[in-house]
Amino acid sequence: MRSPRDRMLAFWMLMPSVLMIAIFVYFFIFRAVQTSLTDWGASGAPPPLIPNVEKKFVGGQMYEALFTDLLDFPFRNAMTNTFFFTVFFVGGCLLFGLLLALLLDQNVKGEGLFRTVFLFPMSLSFVVTGTIWRWMLQPGGGINILPQTLFGAEPLTFRWMNSRDVILPFEWANVPNYLTLIGFAIVAFYAANLFMKGRMRAAQYGIAAAVVMLAVVLSGVWQYIWPPLDNPAMEPSIAPKGFNLALVGIIIAAVWQMSGYTMAMFMAGIRGIPDELREAARVDGCSEIGIYRYIILPQLNPIMLSAMIVLGHISLKIFDLVFAMAGPDNAQTIVPGIMVYTKGFRENQFAKASAIAVIMLVTVGVIIVPYLWSQLRTTKR
Amino acid sequence: MAATQPITAYQMRRYTIRTAIYVVLAVFLLMFIVPVYLVVITSLKDPATINLATTWNLPEKPFWESYAQVFQAFSGRLQNSAALVIGATIFSSVLGSINGYVLAKWRIPGEKFFFPLIIFGMFIPYQAILIPLFEFMRDINLYGGIPGLIVIHTVYGLPITTLIFRNFYVDIPDEMLESAAIDGANFFRMYTQIVFPLSLPGFVVVIIWQFTQIWNEFLFAVTMTNADSQPITVGLAQLAGGEAVKWNLPMAGAIVAALPPLLVYIVLGRYFIRGLLAGSIKG
Repeated sequence: MRSPRDRMLAFWMLMPSVLMIAIFVYFFIFRAVQTSLTDWGASGAPPPLIPNVEKKFVGGQMYEALFTDLLDFPFRNAMTNTFFFTVFFVGGCLLFGLLLALLLDQNVKGEGLFRTVFLFPMSLSFVVTGTIWRWMLQPGGGINILPQTLFGAEPLTFRWMNSRDVILPFEWANVPNYLTLIGFAIVAFYAANLFMKGRMRAAQYGIAAAVVMLAVVLSGVWQYIWPPLDNPAMEPSIAPKGFNLALVGIIIAAVWQMSGYTMAMFMAGIRGIPDELREAARVDGCSEIGIYRYIILPQLNPIMLSAMIVLGHISLKIFDLVFAMAGPDNAQTIVPGIMVYTKGFRENQFAKASAIAVIMLVTVGVIIVPYLWSQLRTTKR
Repeated sequence: MAATQPITAYQMRRYTIRTAIYVVLAVFLLMFIVPVYLVVITSLKDPATINLATTWNLPEKPFWESYAQVFQAFSGRLQNSAALVIGATIFSSVLGSINGYVLAKWRIPGEKFFFPLIIFGMFIPYQAILIPLFEFMRDINLYGGIPGLIVIHTVYGLPITTLIFRNFYVDIPDEMLESAAIDGANFFRMYTQIVFPLSLPGFVVVIIWQFTQIWNEFLFAVTMTNADSQPITVGLAQLAGGEAVKWNLPMAGAIVAALPPLLVYIVLGRYFIRGLLAGSIKG
C-alpha cells in the first residue's frame, strides 16, 4: 500500500510550486490592488523611483479619476476600444473557425495541407503578425493598392491604423441602459427556453426578472442611480465615443492569427461526435444539412462557449499586437493593456497603472472564474 | 451499370457543391498565404527599390544583405531568447511534471483547492501583476536580466504545464502504481520507473508549447529587461517601430524571429495542436 509518509512527501513536492504561484499570482494581485489605492507616482507625490518611496493611501481616487477626470479620457477610450475589439474579434474568429471546420469535415482532399496552413499563424508571435500586417496595411500600399495591381482598379484610400473615423456612436450616460438591455435579452432567452421545456416555475422567475429589467430601461431610472459620466463640458471632442475604425486593421490581423485556432477547437469537437449518431440520423431520413442543423451544431455548443471565453480573455488583455501595429501612442487604437505599460513603465504613474491593471483583472475574472469553476467541477479523476 | 447512365440531377448537384467547397477553401488558403508572400518578397528587396506603389512586385534580383543586417541588429537578442527559452522551458516542464504527478495520482490534503488555484494563474492578464512583479524583482536584485526573466517565465508557465501533465497522467491506470507500491516502490520510484517513462509525449507537448510561448512573448520581454537582456521580440519591435522604416529590415527580422517556432510547428505540428487545445481546459 502507499504509505502515509509518501502521501505527505507528495504534498510537500507540490508546495514549491504552490508557494511560487501564491506569491507571483495571488500576493501580487493583492499588492496591485493595494498600490492602486495609493498616490505612488501621481503628480505632486514624491519621485516614484527613489528607494523606500512613501506611498500615501488615497482610497479610490485613481479609479475615480480614470472614469471621470478630463486628462484620463484615454482610459474611457481604451475601454470602448476593448469592447468593440472583443465583439468583432471573437465574432470573426467564431464565424471563420466554424466555417473552416465544417468545410474540412467534408472529406476534403488535402485536408492536412489546409489545416496546416490555417493554423500556422498560431505559432507566430503577435509582434511578428503585427509587423507583417503593419506593412500590409500601409495606406499608400499593401492591401490598398491590391485591386490596382491586379485589375488596374482604383486604389482604396482607407488609412487603417491612422484613421480617425468613428462609427456606432454612443453616450456614456446610456451605458447602464445598454447593459440592462443585454441582461434582458439573455434572461428572456433562457426564460423562453425553460418555458418551451415546460419548466413553468423557473420560467416564471425568468419572465419576472426580464419584465423588471425592461421596466428599468423604459422608466429611465438609471439616470438617477448612475450619475452621468458624460458631462459634455468635461469630455473633449478629441475623445469620440464609438467604434474607432482604426481598430479594423488590428481586428483583421487578430482574426487572421486566431481563426485557425478556433477551427482546431471546432474540429476536435466534431471529431468527438460518434459516427453512429450521424448514421442513425441518415437512416431516419435526415438530410445532410439536417444532420448539421440538428446533430453536429448542438453538440458543438460547449466548444463554442470555450472558444468564446478563451478568445474573449485574449482580446481583453491584448497588448503586443496593438503595440506592433499601431505603436503605444496611437490615441485611436489605445487599449488598457497598452495603458498599463505607458502609464507604469514610461510615466512611472504606478498607482494609476495599477488601477487600470486591476480593472483589467476584474473584466477577465468575470468571464474566467465562472468558466473555470464549471470546467473543474466536472473534471474526471 | 451506373457508368453508362447519364449524370443525374443528384450527381450534378453534388458535383457543384464539392466544387464550391474547394473554391472557398482555396480562397481562404490564399488569404493565409498572401502575407507570407509579401513578407518574403519585401525582405529580399534592395531598400532603394522599395516603394509603396510596387509593394506586390517581385524583387528584380534578391538582395540578401538585409538578413546580414538583421542578424547584426539581433546579435545578443537571439542568444538572450535562446538562453531564456531553454532555461524557463526546462524548469517549468520539470516542475509541471511533478505537480501533474502529485495532482493526478496522490490524494493529498487540499487537492481540490490547489489545482484551480494553480490553473487560474494562466488566465490572469499579466498586466495585473506587472508592477508588483517589477518591485519584487528589483528588491531581490533580479530585475533586468535573463535569470530574472527565466524565473518569471518558469513561474507563469507552471499553470499550463501542470494542467497538461495532470491531464496526461490521469490516464495512467492507478493499478500500475498500486502494484508498484505493493512491491515496495516509494513516491520517487513510482515516478522514475512508471510515470516518467510514460511521459515522453507529454514532455514533447509541454516543451513545444513553452518554447513557442516564451520565444514569442512580448510583455515581460519589454518591461522586465534592460538593453543587454532584451529578447528577440523586443528587437523586432524596435526594428519595425518608428516612422520612415526601411521595410526590408523589419520583414527580414520578422522571418528570422518567426522561423524557430514555425519550424517546430511544421515538424511537430500534432504535438503543438495538443498544447493549443489544452489551453481550453477540460480534464
